[in-house]
Amino acid sequence: MPIIDVPGARVPDREYRIDAGGLGIALHEWGDADAPPLLMAHGGFDFARTFDTFAPLFADAGWRVVSWDHRGHGDSDHAHLYSWDADLRDAASVFDHVAGRSAVPVIGHSKGGAMMVQLADAQPFRFASLVNIDGIPSKRPIPDVSEHERTTMLAGELTGWLEHRRRTAGSQRKPGTIEELAKRRGRMNPRHSTDWLRYLVTVGANVTQDGWRWKLDPSMRFGGFGPWRPEWALMRLAGFGVPFYGMLVEIEEEMGWGTSPDDVRPFIPDNGRLEILDGVGHFAHIEQPADVSGRIMEFLGAPA
Amino acid sequence: MTPATNDAPTELLIHNRIELALHTLRPGTGRPLLLLHGLGERSPAGVPVGATDWPGQVTALDFTGHGGSTMPIGGGYTAEILLADADAALEHLGEVTIVGRGLGAYIGLLLAGARADAVRGVILADGPGLSGGPSVPTSQPVFSFDVVDTPPDPYALAELGRDLRPPDYATTFARLAVQGSGLDEPISVAARFRPAWLRAVVDEPGVTEAGSVADALRAYQG
Repeated sequence: MPIIDVPGARVPDREYRIDAGGLGIALHEWGDADAPPLLMAHGGFDFARTFDTFAPLFADAGWRVVSWDHRGHGDSDHAHLYSWDADLRDAASVFDHVAGRSAVPVIGHSKGGAMMVQLADAQPFRFASLVNIDGIPSKRPIPDVSEHERTTMLAGELTGWLEHRRRTAGSQRKPGTIEELAKRRGRMNPRHSTDWLRYLVTVGANVTQDGWRWKLDPSMRFGGFGPWRPEWALMRLAGFGVPFYGMLVEIEEEMGWGTSPDDVRPFIPDNGRLEILDGVGHFAHIEQPADVSGRIMEFLGAPA
Repeated sequence: MTPATNDAPTELLIHNRIELALHTLRPGTGRPLLLLHGLGERSPAGVPVGATDWPGQVTALDFTGHGGSTMPIGGGYTAEILLADADAALEHLGEVTIVGRGLGAYIGLLLAGARADAVRGVILADGPGLSGGPSVPTSQPVFSFDVVDTPPDPYALAELGRDLRPPDYATTFARLAVQGSGLDEPISVAARFRPAWLRAVVDEPGVTEAGSVADALRAYQG
């Protein structure tokens, strides 16, 4: 039983771990174990239990919903290393466990959506269809500054990241009460209700002697740098062969990517569609689970 | 190069959950020389021929998943993580001059840009992993390997061997090095093979070409 009740939130019917190349990955399932599988991929710094209100709607419609905690997130192992490729490899292990080499429908939110775009490009045989909720990166907004200033800004990012790496050995997430952790998370999720944020603490954090701590690996850090360009995701999207449903949101948020629909439209594949959800932010499926799930179920059709 | 053995005094540095083996190939005073090995290699057992004239201490770092450093579980390698490996050595040694082979050359360039005030010259030399992967995204395979406990880590070989290296990303680090270093030419390219990222770096102001590692090192001895 959850410590805090939130209307519509339901604990998973089954929770277990699989071995993904030596790393423990936690899976969470809602719905009949014999129903057709539907996979859900969470966003960065989230975890599978953030689908506690969204997934049950699909389970009640006849799907076996399966989500997993990315390495370092939720109940999955904290890894030595993290990378996009490693997340895709872990995801492929989950697909293998749930569906073997069969195609299944997939819903991905934010980073989970972008990851699934890349996996569908690399391994299209795994996908019956793909729904992407505000996880289509386009060009990162770049401040109107000179080349020299931009280089200086990168220098600051590099120094900050390297200093973090120097300090991170043995570090722990900051402890606090349920209210304190909820308040902290609320800074990055300003449109979530206080009750929902408090609920997330109870399923996404552990109780320790000196308070609650988020399960998220403390070595992980928001932001970063690297050679990857957000707009490269669009190149993969254009060649999609599986049915694709992309959702972008009207209200920009800290955790979103500020994607412009005009950037994305030219790359929507022939068998795809793109919708802009009015009046909601980056976590549209949490803000309006009934509306968003209804649209997706109409796209997916009956469980099969 | 002959691989490092236990004959070389080794210290273990901590980088998050990784223990990094830093070998002292030759003790000395003054600014240390830091050697960064190529992809799939480990630190040499002794001072390489091109570095014998270096007046100070000569050290060599085993990257994550290589040599005497930790073998991680489940891969997840990036050049940026290896940059932080090299930064751990920099924190331990203080100001250094770097010779990087192959992959180590690319990492040396990144460190010279990220810590421009602490890297007194980097020499980019030929070696395994110099080219990296493509400079634009491709439909690259998603793969997995059986767990092994003997280095080098197959994930390191696969993931770092296809690491995306856009030329403009590499030149950004070259510019950071030039802007932040007190040297006129903080980057010296001794490599004969020039993948696209390295060709772009060579064209940057403040980057010089050297006939050999030994020649390049002489310029950084002051």
